[in-house]
Amino acid sequence: MISIVLNGEPSELPAGATVEAAVGELGANDRGVAVAVDGEVVPRGEWASTEVRDGQQVEVLRAVQGGR
Amino acid sequence: MLEIAGRTFESRLILGTGGFRNLGVMAEAARGSGAELATVAMRRVDPTARGSIVEVLAEAGVEILPNTAGCFTAREAVITAKLAREALGTDWVKLEVIGDDRTLLPDPAELLVAAETLAAEGFTVLPYTSDDPVLARRLEDAGCAAVMPLGSPIGSGMGINNLYNLRLIIEAARVPVILDAGIGTASDAVLAMEAGCDGILLASAISRAADPVAMARAMRMAVQAGVEARRAGRIPRRHYAVASSPDEGLAELERAEREDHLPDAGAAPTTR
Repeated sequence: MISIVLNGEPSELPAGATVEAAVGELGANDRGVAVAVDGEVVPRGEWASTEVRDGQQVEVLRAVQGGR
Repeated sequence: MLEIAGRTFESRLILGTGGFRNLGVMAEAARGSGAELATVAMRRVDPTARGSIVEVLAEAGVEILPNTAGCFTAREAVITAKLAREALGTDWVKLEVIGDDRTLLPDPAELLVAAETLAAEGFTVLPYTSDDPVLARRLEDAGCAAVMPLGSPIGSGMGINNLYNLRLIIEAARVPVILDAGIGTASDAVLAMEAGCDGILLASAISRAADPVAMARAMRMAVQAGVEARRAGRIPRRHYAVASSPDEGLAELERAEREDHLPDAGAAPTTR
């Protein structure tokens, strides 16, 4: 198992888990979602092939109401 | 028509989506305002959240303009813009880099760095800036597609605090000037457009009004009124009155009475 920080919360994933699996933890695989791992954007096309490593910070964002 | 980076919009009003009670009221206000562009913020996915702002705006026929609200450094803002591009498929970004918690005023140094970086990476950058003509010029030189000076602090409803600076920005700009922040009511929007702004961005004045949908319609009319008044050309301000009816042909009525009231006659009262 690896420990990551997923949207600010500690999260345990199996070793070798991908960004796609991390996003799946939040049930957020729909369109309109973007991911940054340790402050770098991971394009959707690379989620399935990008492994998450122990200790990494994963941020999964979407659009919400905002502005003025 | 508002033209930004080669795109034209019928409406000169850009709607911020912050502060609306719910997505339904937001959508109705968007229709009432006539806005074709609306800002959204990027936040962590909330598995319990209901409704998608992206879908609601799409149904209302409003395009999405992601912002970088909440960013305090150029680096945060650049990453947020890239995340928004990835999530929403647009390389337009309403760039905000805040420098102060209490006033939410922009951080000019970080803002300029972020603007340069994003413009160089092909983003269409619309920066929220202070009402500083020099900074506005620097942002334009950095490749921004518009400049968006504040009228007064975000959500303050104070209107336009420095009309002189705003006019200097408008005079010098070769890109659209969109007043961003501070509008409290319709007259503020009229003033911005009369001053020569190409557009306005607002939310709080609508979303936090007692009747948001009615205020949205008022803002739509205010923008139109301001644009037409500017085009029509206002009269100069004068210190004294200019009579609007002709002196010629004026009847002489109650002649004696009138003479009694001339200044000389009144200076030294006499008994008759």
